[in-house]
Amino acid sequence: MTTAPAPVPGRPARVRGPAQDVAGLGVARAVGFLAPALLLIGAFLVFPAIWTIYIGITNYRLTGVEAVSPSIVGLANYTKALNDALFHNALWLTVLFVLGSAIVGQNILGFALAWTMRRARPAVRRTVEGLVLLAWILPSTVVAYLWIAFFDRDTGTLNSILGTQGTAWLIDYPMVCLIVFNTWRGTAFSMMLYSSALQAVPPSQLESARMVGASGWQTLRDVVFPHIRGHVLTNTLLISLWTANDFSPFLLTKGGPNHESETVPVYIYNVALQGGELGYSSAISFLLLIANLLVALLYLRLLRRRS
Amino acid sequence: MRRISRLSRLAVLGSATVLLLTGCLGSSGDGSGDQDSNRNADAKKVELTIGSNSVKGGKSSAGATFTEDVLIPKFVEAQKAKGVDVTVKFQGDGSDDEVYKQKLALSLSNKAGPDLFSLDGIWVGEFAQAGYIKPLTDTVGDAAKVNDWNGWKQIPESVQQLGSFDGKRYGVPGGTDGRVLFFNKKLFQQAGLPADWQPKSWDEITSAAQALKKLPGVTPVQINAGTAMGEATSMQGVLPLLVGTGATINSDGKWLGNTPQLRQVLDFYKTIYGSGLGDPVLQREAKGRDKSFAEFAANKIGILLESDYFWRSVVEPKEGVAKMADRDTAVGYALIPASKPGAGVKGQDFVSMSGGGATAINPNTKFPQQAWELLQFMNSAEMVKASLNGAAKITQRTDVNTEVLAGDPMLNFVATKVLPITQFRPGLAEYPKISAALQQATADVVGGKSTDAAAKSYQAAVEAAAGKDKVSSS
Amino acid sequence: MTPAFVVRRIGFYVLICAITLFFAVPMLWIASAPFDKSPGLGVHWPDWTLDNVRKTLDHPYAMHSMVNSLLICVTTAVAVTAFAALASYALSRVRIPGRDALLYGLLLLSSVVTGTAAMVPIFVMMFQLGLIDSRFGVALVMTGGLLPAAIFILKDFVDAVPKSYEESARVFGASTLQILRDVVLPVARPGLATILVWAFVNSWGNFLVPFLLIRSIDKQPGAVLLQTFTDEGGSANLSVIPVFSLLFSIPVVVLYLLVNSRYGFRFHGGIKS
Repeated sequence: MTTAPAPVPGRPARVRGPAQDVAGLGVARAVGFLAPALLLIGAFLVFPAIWTIYIGITNYRLTGVEAVSPSIVGLANYTKALNDALFHNALWLTVLFVLGSAIVGQNILGFALAWTMRRARPAVRRTVEGLVLLAWILPSTVVAYLWIAFFDRDTGTLNSILGTQGTAWLIDYPMVCLIVFNTWRGTAFSMMLYSSALQAVPPSQLESARMVGASGWQTLRDVVFPHIRGHVLTNTLLISLWTANDFSPFLLTKGGPNHESETVPVYIYNVALQGGELGYSSAISFLLLIANLLVALLYLRLLRRRS
Repeated sequence: MRRISRLSRLAVLGSATVLLLTGCLGSSGDGSGDQDSNRNADAKKVELTIGSNSVKGGKSSAGATFTEDVLIPKFVEAQKAKGVDVTVKFQGDGSDDEVYKQKLALSLSNKAGPDLFSLDGIWVGEFAQAGYIKPLTDTVGDAAKVNDWNGWKQIPESVQQLGSFDGKRYGVPGGTDGRVLFFNKKLFQQAGLPADWQPKSWDEITSAAQALKKLPGVTPVQINAGTAMGEATSMQGVLPLLVGTGATINSDGKWLGNTPQLRQVLDFYKTIYGSGLGDPVLQREAKGRDKSFAEFAANKIGILLESDYFWRSVVEPKEGVAKMADRDTAVGYALIPASKPGAGVKGQDFVSMSGGGATAINPNTKFPQQAWELLQFMNSAEMVKASLNGAAKITQRTDVNTEVLAGDPMLNFVATKVLPITQFRPGLAEYPKISAALQQATADVVGGKSTDAAAKSYQAAVEAAAGKDKVSSS
Repeated sequence: MTPAFVVRRIGFYVLICAITLFFAVPMLWIASAPFDKSPGLGVHWPDWTLDNVRKTLDHPYAMHSMVNSLLICVTTAVAVTAFAALASYALSRVRIPGRDALLYGLLLLSSVVTGTAAMVPIFVMMFQLGLIDSRFGVALVMTGGLLPAAIFILKDFVDAVPKSYEESARVFGASTLQILRDVVLPVARPGLATILVWAFVNSWGNFLVPFLLIRSIDKQPGAVLLQTFTDEGGSANLSVIPVFSLLFSIPVVVLYLLVNSRYGFRFHGGIKS
């Protein structure tokens, strides 16, 4: 027998759209509050975005004849992408990368850390959390060096630990390396989000679950999860988006060897900078945007089912 | 109903935006051609900026230091004597070449950017096509003034290609280099090979490699391949081999497609990497070229196809990246043979490839005349020699080369034996893509694909890049 | 203490140790390589020397780039935090039509657009605005890119500030601004602090935006300079890179420690009401 989640005492029932202007802000002031942010976002995000979409229907390049007189090629870039084996490859690798490192890796490790650290001694908790956070806040260029050194074929730490001198991890298993790397890099966000989410689970319910002898898994499923479902979804959405658009794989492998770790952002970079095909790279960026949109819509549907 | 009207409103908004944006791309057309090339010729106060992908304490530090600490002060001083007050700024970047190129192009497309800038020889064509640079005679205005510069006589015709496009001079070339086969004489001795080794065909390279293979822990031969090394694969791999089959990457306006010569090159790669004569992993690593340097210095690589840069900056005994204290006795060098004697380009027995950069003038500079003066000053014998700062390097000027290379047999070998037989890459806008396709083809072969399959996908990539009618094949 | 309990405890600590090692081991390099006589990619007990540190300090632009980084990133972090705070409060408390769609739309855009594809538009726009070679311009672009996610995260915090606080303050006759300053701000402070660190960290590592928009090397931030540390041959200069990486990491760590000790560092409101 398991306890049904009782309505949380003292917690205001979440009505849809919690907007109640309790501080008496008023619409005019609200718009004033929004204005600076919207202005900056409009100028430095929306405007370049629209422009990028426009470049996506041209054959624009930064050098060569097409730099002087780019012509509108309509959807040619998009049909090209649909038939581009390298783009398909990049898309597939991105799906793997997001599934492996964000949805599974960061999510599960982040939750496991949040769950176990709840009851750990403060000193242990601080050390572990500090390390996890450090991995997250170090600048990405620095982190890239750390991991290149870690995976190095000749003197790398991993090979010293495993006694596998001469294994070129980044060459032989590039995607596995990237997934491990990104799990290491990004777990902190999930850990923190889940730690604060878990505080919202009433201890009384956990206690009663223990009293009736529910197993750990049952407790998680029937008591904890209903409370943090929204957070799981928000977290998964954010880390999936960040991972899908993450550029740090480039710093580790440059997409290599032979495109084996070329995720979509890396592919866009290579097309735009190495190949100079800005029109095509803009079109791919737009496709990436659409893919992100689909993921977000799926998430919104799941979130709506919650309430 | 409401929905539809909202949609159509969106559509109107969208098309209006597209119209607005159409004006924002490619607006950089001509126009600069109408400018008076004698503008500000008599100015007493002049400001010039030199742009280069180098930085003190970082990438190409010596070049940046020379420009900032020697060239600029000397030029300012010389102009002062003429009563002109010149300020020259140095704008160094020191990042990856690709990002430097895009940054430079972004500035130039907005009619901005440094007055003089250095660019790779292979960018000259695409920059010229985009109108970012103009023939020197146009920018300076006076054809005689440009053509009569006495420096041109000192720069060999072949080297002048570095700054030229469509038969016109767009810039003054900087130094150049040449590619040879380096080999480790100590390993050669252990394998019973001669110290004055000079292969006459690819088969002789393979048989030497076979002999070296018997030595434990030694990679017999390393020829750059794969996409991880980028242009290094083309310059120290495919292209020198290709000219050894008699083909060039672009001839008679057509790019090389899936031809017997290309397949011959890919087969050679297959021989090397398929039978354990080369280390295929090294070729896939992002830092594979650096690693090959270190391994050569540690007596672990027998034969390495590299440029003279390897000799003067990598295994250089004092300051090299991978120092070899006994370089002068332990490192041998030989010309790269054609696949068979006489089978090379122009019927040559031996072949090579060279690269380098050039300095061009921004057509939108405020001071075209003064920029041309600075460009000549930069390439004068005195300054070119000073830029070496005592080091031996192959410069663009023959007079300087004869003087400074006398003491270095290897560089002298390149200047006198390699430069006459060398080839340069075409400075065409499509080149980077063709080069990438070549790299991909080697990656495919080394990765285990058949020569035919790799050559077929190469053909498709070249056709996509250059257009079907501009590719040769058979 | 049942044997099962003991086994579980041991298992628990083994797991903790494994996780700790997983996070700590890759970082060892930055602790050993900066002080090693011949720094390479391996991790070993260093052959102590301060030569590398001296070389880095002597580098003509290294220390200056840190100042540039600080200028750019402090501006960015403060702007992001301030504007995101205002916007998220308005979005949380006032009914604005199409709010959620707007928020998600922007979030999606921000994750895609800030990359390579938008480099031409951003460059041309900044060029027309006369903001090329300006550290302030770089901060503006980064702020625009970070704001949507910051608003998204911060709104979660503000949503969690119990409205009863504000209601009771209002009952006691406090003005709107007083409520914001004395009631909402203190409660939301951990959230603001977290966003500040987040924005700082994200702008600290950004390479492409400053690289393209800044011309003079003496205005470039550390993230750009780190890419220039190659030797004459073009290979990574391992006597400067480890020390610089270490120095370059200090500001973010210090900022985090400061914020964490004063406000706590977390990513969700979750205040119990």
